[in-house]
Amino acid sequence: MNLRAPDPRSAADPTVLLHIDWTKCDGRGLCTEILPELLARDEWGYPLSYGYGSNVPVPDRLLDAATDAVSLCPRQALTLIDR
Amino acid sequence: MNEALWALGRGTGVVSLALFTVSVLLGILNRSGRPLFALPRFSVALVHRNVALLATAFLAIHLVTLFGDSYAQLRLVDFVVPFLGAAKPFWLGLGTLAVDLMLAIVVTALLRGVIGVRVFKAVHWLTYLMWPVALLHSIGNGTDAGQAWFIAFAATCSIAVLSALGWRLSRGFVEYQNVRIGKAS
Repeated sequence: MNLRAPDPRSAADPTVLLHIDWTKCDGRGLCTEILPELLARDEWGYPLSYGYGSNVPVPDRLLDAATDAVSLCPRQALTLIDR
Repeated sequence: MNEALWALGRGTGVVSLALFTVSVLLGILNRSGRPLFALPRFSVALVHRNVALLATAFLAIHLVTLFGDSYAQLRLVDFVVPFLGAAKPFWLGLGTLAVDLMLAIVVTALLRGVIGVRVFKAVHWLTYLMWPVALLHSIGNGTDAGQAWFIAFAATCSIAVLSALGWRLSRGFVEYQNVRIGKAS
């Protein structure tokens, strides 16, 4: 018997956000290569999240990739935020 | 055994310089933000790091194998403090200087996440000093410096790094630079 209350958040509702600090971002493009499902590149090379702006929800299956993107960002412009 | 250590000490010095040269080239490419053929940008960054660490490992063998060598006459202090050497103190001192710079560059690079981009970058610029210092050490101190193969090797490395530096200083070096500074103007 499971006594724990069901988590109100579904799997489609990620708990981690990838935050882009635009004052640090230089559009080097590493994150867009590592997370092509989350980020595209705009015409000046900067990351473009599909409709999320500066805080991009990260699905669980992309959590490792997002962690890599954070550590490999040449400008340290990325952080992971627990929601 | 002595001969083996002597050969290993010289060989690892050359290999280390070759690897450092490759790492400098990859580092400059990395800064431009461009991929290398099929190698994506993040792989260029990782290969740059790993080649540098490999070069550092070869450098460590270079130091250890030449320590206690009867000709090089190294003492422990020569690993850290430059220009105190018993034999060829100036050329040996350049090697010591390169080791000191390399240590600072590698440690700050590995701790980049802790110390922040500014300090990392400031120290990482020292690579442009370290590489020529290491090259001069290999020419001035190297037993094989007069050999044709070594001259060809040193010339190839120099041309490669100078070309990369020329590209580094050129307009449009950074990917998207030409788009960003505006074709509208």
